[in-house]
Amino acid sequence: MFDLDRWQEIFQTLRKNKLRTVLSGFTIAFAILLFTLLFGIGNGLQNTFKREFAKDSMLSIYIWTGRTTIPFKGLQSGREIQFKNDDYKFLVEKFGDRMQSISPRIQRQGVQAIYKGEQNRYTFRAVYPNYLTLESAEIESGRFLNMLDLQKKSKVIVIGRLVEQDLFGQLSAVGKEINLGEVSYKVIGTFSDPGGDNDERFIYGPFTTVQRLYGNTDELDEFGLTYDPKLSVDQALAFSTELNVALKEKHSVDPKDQGAIRVYNYAEGNKQVSMMMLVLNLIILFIGIGTLIAGIIGISNIMVYIVKERTKELGIRKALGATPKSIIGMIMLESIFITTLAGYIGLLIGTSILEMIGDSLEQYFIVNPSVETYVVVGATIVLILAGVIAGYLPAKRAARIKPIEALNDE
Amino acid sequence: MIKIENLHKSYPMGKDSLHVLKGLNLHIKEGEFVSIMGSSGSGKSTLLNIVGLLDIHDEGNYYLNGQRIENLDEKKAAVLRNKFLGFVFQSFNLIGYKTALENVALPLYYKGIGRKERQKIALEYLDKVGLKNWANHLPNELSGGQKQRVAIARALVTKPKVVLADEPTGALDSTTSNSVMELLKEINREGMTVFVITHEEEIAEETDRIVRLKDGIIISDELTKNKVTV
Repeated sequence: MFDLDRWQEIFQTLRKNKLRTVLSGFTIAFAILLFTLLFGIGNGLQNTFKREFAKDSMLSIYIWTGRTTIPFKGLQSGREIQFKNDDYKFLVEKFGDRMQSISPRIQRQGVQAIYKGEQNRYTFRAVYPNYLTLESAEIESGRFLNMLDLQKKSKVIVIGRLVEQDLFGQLSAVGKEINLGEVSYKVIGTFSDPGGDNDERFIYGPFTTVQRLYGNTDELDEFGLTYDPKLSVDQALAFSTELNVALKEKHSVDPKDQGAIRVYNYAEGNKQVSMMMLVLNLIILFIGIGTLIAGIIGISNIMVYIVKERTKELGIRKALGATPKSIIGMIMLESIFITTLAGYIGLLIGTSILEMIGDSLEQYFIVNPSVETYVVVGATIVLILAGVIAGYLPAKRAARIKPIEALNDE
Repeated sequence: MIKIENLHKSYPMGKDSLHVLKGLNLHIKEGEFVSIMGSSGSGKSTLLNIVGLLDIHDEGNYYLNGQRIENLDEKKAAVLRNKFLGFVFQSFNLIGYKTALENVALPLYYKGIGRKERQKIALEYLDKVGLKNWANHLPNELSGGQKQRVAIARALVTKPKVVLADEPTGALDSTTSNSVMELLKEINREGMTVFVITHEEEIAEETDRIVRLKDGIIISDELTKNKVTV
């Protein structure tokens, strides 16, 4: 039922009492604005987390070495532990049943790559074909390394999307020869990686080729492996402890030595991150709800005040024939109208600020802050309901006003 | 038009109750111009509130336009007020943010009359009280006398059966008081029942019939010279 007369009456009241209208509107607009910004920025933080941890496979374990810090079995501390090819065999034989894939890795940083006039320095990694799964990288063109490349010790490489861009510009790199650390390699594929720019500037070559070209030993830097996805977080953590113990025993390292052999399990970080996200969400929710409640209380207060201020006017209206229902209707419609309109304005300002921020706060770990529509719609509905409640109680009180008392109220 | 039989009204005052009206009997016929006289505390305002359906009596009978008033809920009272009664108050009681015209048109809004029609009728009545040219002024741009004229126009606009005026000249100087009384007389001459409450002898003298109240009972009820000479 649309009653034009009633709306005209309300618009006039609102227009003629601008300060009051603006003040009550401001409370609501501000509450919604804060709510929107808060949620948006919270989401921005979460986006950063999600992106950071999409970098590498969530099921990864990395194992690398350092110097011993505790003397053990007559061996001095400060001894450098070095993985060799037999450690690879050892791990596969002993723990192969719980692994999805394992790859040894040799990494050289700042290796110079030259193609025609262009040159730059990159991180060069020598790996097994199944290393691809550890990095959650995806092949864009050509192919990744395969076992044949390793057997033949071929001089082939797979380069990141940004390496291709740096050296080849718009051209395709596949099939071209690159001079990498003064050895010529053929590019057989390119990949992209959600982990970001750094991860897209890696170059991968066959493990065996590199092991022979650099030093011709059987030494290697570290292992990367992914474990069976069927393992629970706790089982996965137990698995990495087992790996640690076994490798320490094999290399005669004190079991308490934290420096010589290190195992990092992503499950650990995952556990922490999801905990942190949960806490962050709770904080945001808490503050957001607090802001909304403050807004609601603000509207209620203002509506109570408005009704009090208008006691006399309402008394006059009643003396002139206004029924209680029409008084309630009038106050409620005013309340709902202001709430909805102001809420919407706050929302528009909030979302456009978030839009403007965009990715400019990336350095503060806020990526693409935005609010889901359902959150915003929910908040608006809550505010409208608040307007109804805030308006209803005072309106009810207004309807009970005795005209005589109201008219004597100077 | 208004018939009151053995009307009682008390107000609770803490544990006790204050007996304000102690059995009034009053009959006002259509077209009469009556004033109720009494000092403050005599119960005249209470009587007006009951007659004006702004308050409920405890005991006795009250007939308005032949209709017995009982079990009145707020909604019924509002409709009856709108239909039968026009109010004029001492303090004018105009709505500050509405123009003279909008104030006069407001009772018609509650009567459910369309906007254009409302404005037309309201303007007619403003013209009748001589304020057509002030239609678009806000109350605070009008003098006291003008405000009371607007209030009278507002009381008349629904063509009520009775106009109830509570100290209509209480806030006005004597010259404007006279002109307001002239206006009420004129309305009465056109056939409207007018019911004035006042404590000023001079004002009461202008009406046709004076009912004197003291301590909640009617002590005298007589016609004035005006009526006798007419």
